Amino acid sequence: MEIDPFIFRLSIFILSIFIGYYVVWSVTPSLHTPLMSVTNAISSVIIVGAIIAGLAGNSDTIFNTSSIFGFLAISLAAINIFGGFLVTQRMLAMYKKKKKDK
Amino acid sequence: MLSANLSAIFYLISGVLFILALRGLSSPETSRQGNFFGILGMIIAITVTFLSIGNFSTGFIVVLIFLLVGGLIGAFIAYKIPMTAMPELVAGFHSLVGLAAVFVAIAAFLNPEAFNLGYPGNIKLGSLIEMSIGAAVGAITFSGSIIAFLKLQGIMSGSPITFKGQHPLNALILISIIVLTYLLCSTQSSNLFWILLAVSFLIGFLLIIPIGGADMPVVISMLNSYSGWAAAGIGFTLENTALIITGALVGSSGAILSYIMCKGMNRSFFNVILGGFGATEQLTSSQNKEQKPVKSGNADDAAFLMKNASSVIIVPGYGMAVAQAQHALREMVDTLKKNDIKVSYAIHPVAGRMPGHMNVLLAEANVPYDEVFELEEINNDFANADVAFVIGANDVTNPVAKTDPQSPIYGMPVLDVEKCKSVLFVKRSLSPGYAGIDNDLFYKENTLMLFADAKKMTEDITKNL
Repeated sequence: MEIDPFIFRLSIFILSIFIGYYVVWSVTPSLHTPLMSVTNAISSVIIVGAIIAGLAGNSDTIFNTSSIFGFLAISLAAINIFGGFLVTQRMLAMYKKKKKDK
Repeated sequence: MLSANLSAIFYLISGVLFILALRGLSSPETSRQGNFFGILGMIIAITVTFLSIGNFSTGFIVVLIFLLVGGLIGAFIAYKIPMTAMPELVAGFHSLVGLAAVFVAIAAFLNPEAFNLGYPGNIKLGSLIEMSIGAAVGAITFSGSIIAFLKLQGIMSGSPITFKGQHPLNALILISIIVLTYLLCSTQSSNLFWILLAVSFLIGFLLIIPIGGADMPVVISMLNSYSGWAAAGIGFTLENTALIITGALVGSSGAILSYIMCKGMNRSFFNVILGGFGATEQLTSSQNKEQKPVKSGNADDAAFLMKNASSVIIVPGYGMAVAQAQHALREMVDTLKKNDIKVSYAIHPVAGRMPGHMNVLLAEANVPYDEVFELEEINNDFANADVAFVIGANDVTNPVAKTDPQSPIYGMPVLDVEKCKSVLFVKRSLSPGYAGIDNDLFYKENTLMLFADAKKMTEDITKNL
């Protein structure tokens, strides 16, 4: 009997939860706000689905309902991707160590 | 066109890069590199998607335009947003992830052929279940985050909104979501799909309105978690590894943050979710309003106390964010340091409106992060410090949490501010904090109350130093 591919995806999912668990516990509490903004940015990898939906139609059916939802989702996810990564970068740039000469 | 196997490997790589992005946050030195890994992972995922579809006709241009428009809006927001508005921004971003998940689910439901999921009216059962879960969780994330955003912005009152029969109603709606999903999967009816979405939007709204302003750290973390689970649900539908890995990472990240925040308040997760905290306690505190003596002082007195101290611990809270006092505070500390006074900062886990809120504000004001300490790291130092400077914090310093088992905040870990030789408490009035309980600290022998706006007071102290 063959194993359903769903089981493989489920395995990836469960193992990733464990990876997330250990990785996130090692995040220093002072960086919890950047953690939230960066998780925001990476969860917007959902844009992959939006692109597939947006490109589904041929030249006659570019603007069918399904593609339009795809286009809108692309914009929403793009706001998050750019906004999330850039604001994280802006925050992280502010974390500085004490200068030695002080 | 990229083969399915090759693109799957690239998606795996981008998933691994996302893990490294979170890993980098374990210390500020590696964090910037981590963020770079995250960006790289995203670029790989998007490029691979374009290559594997291999459709570079008009549709491609349209996609790029939408991508660019969103990107410009996002970049503009990222550069303009003040650091004090970070909780609102994160709540807003969560709502977008939720809505994007809903839109992708709708697109997949309307045009399942594009995703290899079957045909309209005959979508593969597994995919339909995954799609429904992704869409429902996405919808809950969206409407819940909108409410959180409105509460944080102050557009909507931060006080809990409760009504009779709220919990039974919520339970009923949650059950109906499960029933609807079951019916949808057995009938493939598009009407049921729309009803499912509408009901999910409704429950997201109803779940967040009873939760009060100071519980926002838990709510934001929880919504962060939901946005992850929504992404994972869609990831299963699309059979996309990058999305599944990311969804799981974000989901567990948000869950851990919620746990840390709940522990910081010594409350169970369900206690926060069921909401209404603080509404009943206010009654009891107003009853015993006998006049207790309070020592109040001005900037001159505060400056005198600090000048004669050899070590000062600063305890910032939400009030500092509201007054935008972080820069004035750092100037005061600079002056203190010039006088050879040792200064450190003590951060309570739930200070502010989101996890790590105070740390970001202090970093913005150029406070070196190795002067900022968490509760467990610094709590023993209060006994040896001369002055504790409490600015905009209240409940997190209340000794009643250690002494009075009747108190609603009993058992909550608090900063042992009262052990300092003297306490300076910057506050606008004697009004109780969010939990609605009086702070014994106000009436202690060694406490000096400084009634003023946090920013103005710190500036005045600096002048007097």
